[in-house]
Amino acid sequence: MSARTDPPPTGQRSGFDVDLRSALRGNGQTFGVLVALVALICFGLVRYENFGGAYNIASFLNYNAMFILIAIGMCLVIITGGIDLSVGSVAAFSSVCAAYLSPYGLQVALPGGVLAGVAFGAVNAFVILTLRVPPFIATLATLLGAKGGSLIISDAQTISVDWGSNFTKLGMEKAFGVVPWSILLVLLVAIGAWVVLERTSLGRTLLAIGGGEDASVLMGLKVGRAKAFAYLFSGGCAGLAGVFLASGFGAGQPLEGVGWELSAIASVVVGGTLLTGGLGSVTATVFGALLLGLVFNILNFENGRGTISLSAYWQEVIRGSFLFLVILLQMRVARRRLPPATGAPSP
Amino acid sequence: MNSASADANHDQGKRSSSRRPSGRLAWRSTLARHGTLIALAALLLVNVLFTPNFLHLQTLFVNISQVATIAIVAIGMTLVIATGGIDLSVGAVMALAGALAPLIFGSELGVAYPLLGLVAAFVLPLAVALACGAFNGVMISVLRVQPIIATLILFISGRGIAQVLTNGNLQTFSNPGFSYLGTGRVLGLPFQGWLALLIAVLAFWVVNRTIHGRHLLAVGGNERAAALSGVPVRRVKIGVYMVCAFLAGIAGLVVVAINSASDAARNGNLMELDAIAAAVVGGALLQGGRAPVFGALLGAVIIQLVKYTLLANGIEDEVALVAKALIIVAAVALQQGRRE
Amino acid sequence: MGASGAPLLSMRGIGKSFAGSMALDGASLSIGAGQVHGLIGQNGAGKSTLIKILTGVYVRDAGDVEFEGRALRIGSPREAQAAGISTIYQELTLVPLRSVTENVTLGYEPRTRFNTIDWRAAHARTRTILTGFGLDIDVRAPLGEHSTAIQQLVAIARAVSLQARLVIMDEPTSSLDEREVQVLFSVVKRLKAAGTSVLYVSHFLDELFAICDRVTVMRDGSTVADHPIARVSKLSLIADMLGRDIDEIESDGMTELGGGTNDAGELVFEATDLATGPRLSRLDLAVHAGEIVGLGGLLGSGRTEAARAVFGADALTGGSLRFTGQRTPPATPAQAIAAGIGFLTEDRKAEGIVPHMSVRENLTLALLPALTRGGLIRRTEERELVERFITALGIKTSGMDQPIRELSGGNQQKVLLARWLAIHPKLLILDEPTRGVDVGAKFEIQAIIREHVERGVGVLLISSEFEELVEGADHIVVMQDGVSVGRLSNPGITEERLVREIASVA
Repeated sequence: MSARTDPPPTGQRSGFDVDLRSALRGNGQTFGVLVALVALICFGLVRYENFGGAYNIASFLNYNAMFILIAIGMCLVIITGGIDLSVGSVAAFSSVCAAYLSPYGLQVALPGGVLAGVAFGAVNAFVILTLRVPPFIATLATLLGAKGGSLIISDAQTISVDWGSNFTKLGMEKAFGVVPWSILLVLLVAIGAWVVLERTSLGRTLLAIGGGEDASVLMGLKVGRAKAFAYLFSGGCAGLAGVFLASGFGAGQPLEGVGWELSAIASVVVGGTLLTGGLGSVTATVFGALLLGLVFNILNFENGRGTISLSAYWQEVIRGSFLFLVILLQMRVARRRLPPATGAPSP
Repeated sequence: MNSASADANHDQGKRSSSRRPSGRLAWRSTLARHGTLIALAALLLVNVLFTPNFLHLQTLFVNISQVATIAIVAIGMTLVIATGGIDLSVGAVMALAGALAPLIFGSELGVAYPLLGLVAAFVLPLAVALACGAFNGVMISVLRVQPIIATLILFISGRGIAQVLTNGNLQTFSNPGFSYLGTGRVLGLPFQGWLALLIAVLAFWVVNRTIHGRHLLAVGGNERAAALSGVPVRRVKIGVYMVCAFLAGIAGLVVVAINSASDAARNGNLMELDAIAAAVVGGALLQGGRAPVFGALLGAVIIQLVKYTLLANGIEDEVALVAKALIIVAAVALQQGRRE
Repeated sequence: MGASGAPLLSMRGIGKSFAGSMALDGASLSIGAGQVHGLIGQNGAGKSTLIKILTGVYVRDAGDVEFEGRALRIGSPREAQAAGISTIYQELTLVPLRSVTENVTLGYEPRTRFNTIDWRAAHARTRTILTGFGLDIDVRAPLGEHSTAIQQLVAIARAVSLQARLVIMDEPTSSLDEREVQVLFSVVKRLKAAGTSVLYVSHFLDELFAICDRVTVMRDGSTVADHPIARVSKLSLIADMLGRDIDEIESDGMTELGGGTNDAGELVFEATDLATGPRLSRLDLAVHAGEIVGLGGLLGSGRTEAARAVFGADALTGGSLRFTGQRTPPATPAQAIAAGIGFLTEDRKAEGIVPHMSVRENLTLALLPALTRGGLIRRTEERELVERFITALGIKTSGMDQPIRELSGGNQQKVLLARWLAIHPKLLILDEPTRGVDVGAKFEIQAIIREHVERGVGVLLISSEFEELVEGADHIVVMQDGVSVGRLSNPGITEERLVREIASVA
């Protein structure tokens, strides 16, 4: 096979061919999720009367805005091969902060809430990078800390927002009269995350870390900085989600956020991001979060029709089963696409 | 990145031994090694000095009662952690087992045949727990899903299943046979305390004297090396998750027995955190390879004491949460520091 | 061809130890500007450690480093790159999930007006760079989809494109064929012409004579020689590496593996057309009792896959494997062990030692079923067995309960060897048995292997130290890309013949 007079069998392809294959290669799963999403929407439109109505769409998007946000944050963290279990509690904490700050208006309460989230993200980053504690233990601890923290600062009460200020406009009003502010913000965050991930060195470093942290260090990449960013960003997304929570429900809720991290992980996984890191996409994560939300939306409608009667407790079971199915599928897909066994190549 | 070529020994007669760390490092290393005992001593001291009624017998009973459940789960968690994994579903399994028991001995059949009902109320929930463990084990060893994610599935849905079965209702009951598990006394001390001790002794013996224990430690210490040395890695992993779930099942039954009531929403709530904390404080290494069973016991005692100290001195639950968080981080950080 | 003016790099008196054992002691290196400098030594001599100190992966315990006339303290690979030192490591250290372009340009991507990555330009630049290496591949594809040789060339391309003053190449040709090696040489010459220095580490001594100006020899953690290449011969270099006299080498050989009475006994196993997957597609191999069969080939040729296939660690997808006295070939390591097959793996840290366990527990790991009655391990029996092996193999330890990670590499390797000798094997598969081991222990291990071969054990030997194959093997099967392509038989194998066979077409 050596003394090669012929070009090597691998890798020799024509120009157009290459581009098309490459474009499809990364988007296989995104495509799948999109198809499932469209299918479910069609199903819903056909079966339920008010499914496509303005009210359902608006309340659906409003409610799921929070989950989409933390899913985006979680996506970046998981891409680096880590995990952030604190997002739910951090959102709760920041909702309380935002409620307290609401008298000063949205201009103060929004940044305030986000900053609270970023602060917890910083704690995570410190514990993980400096103290070298594994991410899931570190963020588990932050989960506890944030939960305790929100109960302490709120004295275990829900904190009403100041209805007089412009704070509640967030969930209720529309930017330029067309798109609700919450949706616009989520879109901006998603686009921002996409740009970072696809078009900046920082984003590509995140992917490289997940694909091989030791190799990334040896390649001279700024691994510490990138990981810190991921956790700060996730905290910030959780913080923003908390602001949405406060504004959407009119009160800061210290006890909310339970299980949110699980929804986020499920969305990320559905979207095709590898749990082991190294491969992922913001777009697919957003679709995944929408898909997950849609499943529950449809279940609510079915419940309403009386065809099934699912108590609230079934929600957890369904969510768990969903995650299970998605994991199974991902294992199948991953096995096919990844190059054979990692580790040092054989001699 | 391996440093396979890094080692060289000049003088062939020279023996390599671990260097004694000096100065500040020695202090830190001593703390890490004996930290558990030091912490225990400190906690006891604080309580003796500040907590009213601490040295009363009733206090001891209450504490033993609560420690027992944490300890039982922590031992199972220690074994799982020893393989380099983790089990987040223990709390949910507790709730599930605890929800099933009253349903069984309270059912028509159970009431008609009380002895059969009682026995079934022990056997069936534990069988379900074993099945949960098998589920986790298969996901992790056959499907190669990360332990956090695999056990997350039951963590999410296990409690939900329990709540569906009980329709979210609190089940109270009166069944002295069953309640012995949680309120009985042997030699004056609570039954579950002896149970926890028995389980600890058994676990210790298995880990240190049997081939299964050796296999367990090998899988956690270096899974690839273990596999290539003929260790049945899959079987070991599935087995250890089954044992962990089994122990969680026992703990769930104990909790229900103590309260004579099964609350699916709260049984075992946040127990996974307590168990992980106890295991880590007790010396378990998160990357696997060590199974300090009595350390887990000690860790459980410490966690319980911390809870009790805060509670008895009027400090709110919320602060206890933060305190627990700090303890976990400190314990793991110290451990990581020791690794360097 | 001496160095002109002040050296570019000067390392003096470098010391470094890990967990109590000394990896480097008095190592030194001096490279002139615009020079190609060779660095050689046996595995375990400390070459990789020295390089990792230079590139910031490790921090030195002692010694001075001067680069471009200034004292240098590098704390991370990033700082090394910033200082103008770029490295190609021995193990592939790129990210297989990422595209070829990313692997080449990550950290240095071309930017658009808005400071975002300009992918078009990045792809184009990568294609240009790779064309200079004779490669025309899909740069958008994940790196892992390409062959090991291509991956290695990409790693080289990245290092070379970083505009460094010093490029370090650690075994860069370990997976390249003849043509690709020539491409590499032309790249090295181009670098030299541009004034960049190259530190070249390689097992293939002929390569050094082809492109190096000077060569430094290391042994057991220190530098033992430094000469202009014109003034040395291959034999003198080998003598320096081994610490043996040239005459001694000529009469006794370079290893302790040779000189057996080669009366091969009955067939132990025979593999025909064996396949286990993409990396092993057609293997023909046979080993008899009392003989050593070597497997030769470049990185990525499938030798470890072959070993794993015979051991039952990988499932067979084609061909046949027949063991004398067994109806079916082993399907799992446990079955292989029960059948009397042992497998000493290449990377003891990743697949060999269980670090927290003691010497005793590590030694008996594969033998446990035989030491167990009713689930309980028989401790006295175990201790006696371990004691016997510690003495027989000369394992230096403070006691059988000492944690194995505290032992030196050579002693760890002996424990692992004992693990397999303890099962009374009929077949011993040894994958780089003397890698990362000091010279003294290396000879001891080789002697132990020869002793057991004399007693009738069949050995399948994988080694990148050619002298081990040349002197020890009765036959050498040469592999390339998962296929066995050639067979050499002793007497009559020389290093030249072997190297030629490996690096060329059948």
